[in-house]
Amino acid sequence: MPLTRRALIGSATAAAAALSGRPARAQAPVLKIGVLTDLSGPYKDIGGPLSADCARLAAADFGAAAKGLNVQFVSADHQNKPDVGAGIARQWFDRDGVDVILDVPNSGVSLAVSGVAKEKNKIFLVSNAASSDLTGKACNPNTIHWTYDTWMLAHGTGAALVRSGGTTWYFITADYAFGHALQRDTTQFVNAAGGKVLGATKYPFPGTNDFSSFLLQAQASGAKVVGFANAGADTVNSIKQAKEFGIKQTLAGLLVFISDVHGMGLPVAQGLVLSATFYWDLNDRTRAFSERLRAKVPSVRAGMGHAGNYSSTLHYLKVAAEMGAAQAKASGAATVARMKAMPTDDDAFGKGSVREDGRALHPCYLFQVKTPDESKKPWDYYKLLATIPADEAFRPLKDGGCPLVKS
Amino acid sequence: MVTIFGKPLILLYGQLTLGLINGAFYALLSLGLAVIFGLLNIINFTHGALFMLGAFTTWALLNYAGIGYWPSLILAPIIIGALGLVIERVLIKRIAGLDHLYGLLLTFGLSLIIEGLMRNRFGSSGVPYEIPSVLQGATNLGFMVLPRYRAWVVVAAVVMCFFTWLLIEKTRLGATLRAATENAPLVQAFGVNVPRLVTLTYGGGVALAAFAGVLAAPMNSVNPNMGSNLIVVVFAVVVIGGMGSILGSILTGFGLGIIEGLTKVYYPEGSATVIFVVMALVLLLRPAGLFGRAT
Repeated sequence: MPLTRRALIGSATAAAAALSGRPARAQAPVLKIGVLTDLSGPYKDIGGPLSADCARLAAADFGAAAKGLNVQFVSADHQNKPDVGAGIARQWFDRDGVDVILDVPNSGVSLAVSGVAKEKNKIFLVSNAASSDLTGKACNPNTIHWTYDTWMLAHGTGAALVRSGGTTWYFITADYAFGHALQRDTTQFVNAAGGKVLGATKYPFPGTNDFSSFLLQAQASGAKVVGFANAGADTVNSIKQAKEFGIKQTLAGLLVFISDVHGMGLPVAQGLVLSATFYWDLNDRTRAFSERLRAKVPSVRAGMGHAGNYSSTLHYLKVAAEMGAAQAKASGAATVARMKAMPTDDDAFGKGSVREDGRALHPCYLFQVKTPDESKKPWDYYKLLATIPADEAFRPLKDGGCPLVKS
Repeated sequence: MVTIFGKPLILLYGQLTLGLINGAFYALLSLGLAVIFGLLNIINFTHGALFMLGAFTTWALLNYAGIGYWPSLILAPIIIGALGLVIERVLIKRIAGLDHLYGLLLTFGLSLIIEGLMRNRFGSSGVPYEIPSVLQGATNLGFMVLPRYRAWVVVAAVVMCFFTWLLIEKTRLGATLRAATENAPLVQAFGVNVPRLVTLTYGGGVALAAFAGVLAAPMNSVNPNMGSNLIVVVFAVVVIGGMGSILGSILTGFGLGIIEGLTKVYYPEGSATVIFVVMALVLLLRPAGLFGRAT
């Protein structure tokens, strides 16, 4: 058929009619979950498409369809720009009927989206942003912060290193909300444990490839520990280059994901100490979860951010099934309040709870990256050093300054 | 201890050396851009993506064919250079003679496609590549610890820049090339196959980008975004040096590496911006760039 304008318009109209004519299931309102993530930038591997896969797996594991819930998923790329992310969130809430936004790596974007969720009275389950402000001064009744935060990372890795003799620190920090929060929180622990911060360099983010200059400044400072308050490719580059320059100080990756370790390779990453709330090979339940995910996405292992999307979606669906879909859609704040009332339990994080300020609580694990000899199979990267119980792993409720918490 | 503006001199020596190393990359990449712009009049935005492909080719040669770093130093530029020939023949040739904007859009779009495909295949955290064993370790220079690999990078880049300059300025082939830049129809009238010259020049410029990619593989994270971060800076270098000026882009590359290095000591937050400040100043005072000729 020759492609004419008329034929084109005709078929487009037909397609539109076919789409809009699809019968809606009147009995079950659609629960629409939007995975807002980095699909094209530096955080694609800590969030990205695998975050959406994990959320879908949660719906499948829960048996949402069998329980009468009609769950749909959409995803979008926020390009690591808060204005783009907030714009998509508005469009999703206002026009596309999205009830829940998930994931959102990048603290800057998350803080923006959190505000939109509150304004529209919808739900925001943050899995992949780090800033502890999300449950601190910027907390709101519509947001739950699931997987990790800067306080937990600083407390896990920072405090552990000070205890083992790393009393003086120098920070190399990504110059934006996340890096600042991570440095601030870690500094607090270093000082509290009797250590001292000797200096810090804030480097431009994004756009820095070469960290050698900052590494030399860190070396010249004479600090025992060099703390990297950054993430993703920046962490990989910093640590790779630190090894190259023969930096003898202890390297502390304050936020290291398993995908980063995979990207560095064990010869570079070995010996790193890091904090995480999930590791695929931690126990039988995490392995079972990972194998179910592997059946759908064979090439990679989920990191803690991905697992957080699984866990938070599952918890949301449990609450929605209990409330009924129509009720769950009615008010984001009311649904979040129910999510806080119900204890959490899933294969990825085990048993836990969600606190008044929106902080999800579960144990935090201190891992060390294995040497190439210790690693016996693909993705066999971590050995467990210590477990910090759920009630100690996160910032005490009273210290967060969250306005929701009545003192 | 001797200090300059509150920073120990010894630290500054180290930073100057690092600036020189980064400058080597800027010089290599901007050199390829300058060569391409000089002859094709194309602002090659694909350069960063091809640099990244050079690094990935190095990785692929090792992991799929067992070919190590040293052969890759030759093979990867040849492979990516050949890809460049195809790109020129199939795409860029068709927009020859049109406004700069078309070339810019074409090459920019192409780089988005290449980077998108690589990101789909390899993700964003990249793949590991180790420093070749003979270059592992570092030498203590007294004022800083210089990794052997970085020293090698500077040497390799300087040698490569020198030979490219020699080829273009001092050989018969280079003379023909420069003549074709000035007046292509006339050179063609003398029996030189100008379209072929253009294709080969593009391939050569691209091979330089791939060469820089091989050099970068062991020291940076080999990931699909590695080129896009660098390319904007490299464009600034080319503009400051004077579009199309070979010597200009080499000298400016090293010079800006050093300026950036010093900024990282005194005001690290501004280290990504300083090059553009310099660019704005240069454009205000010398619109054709430091080494460019006004047209």
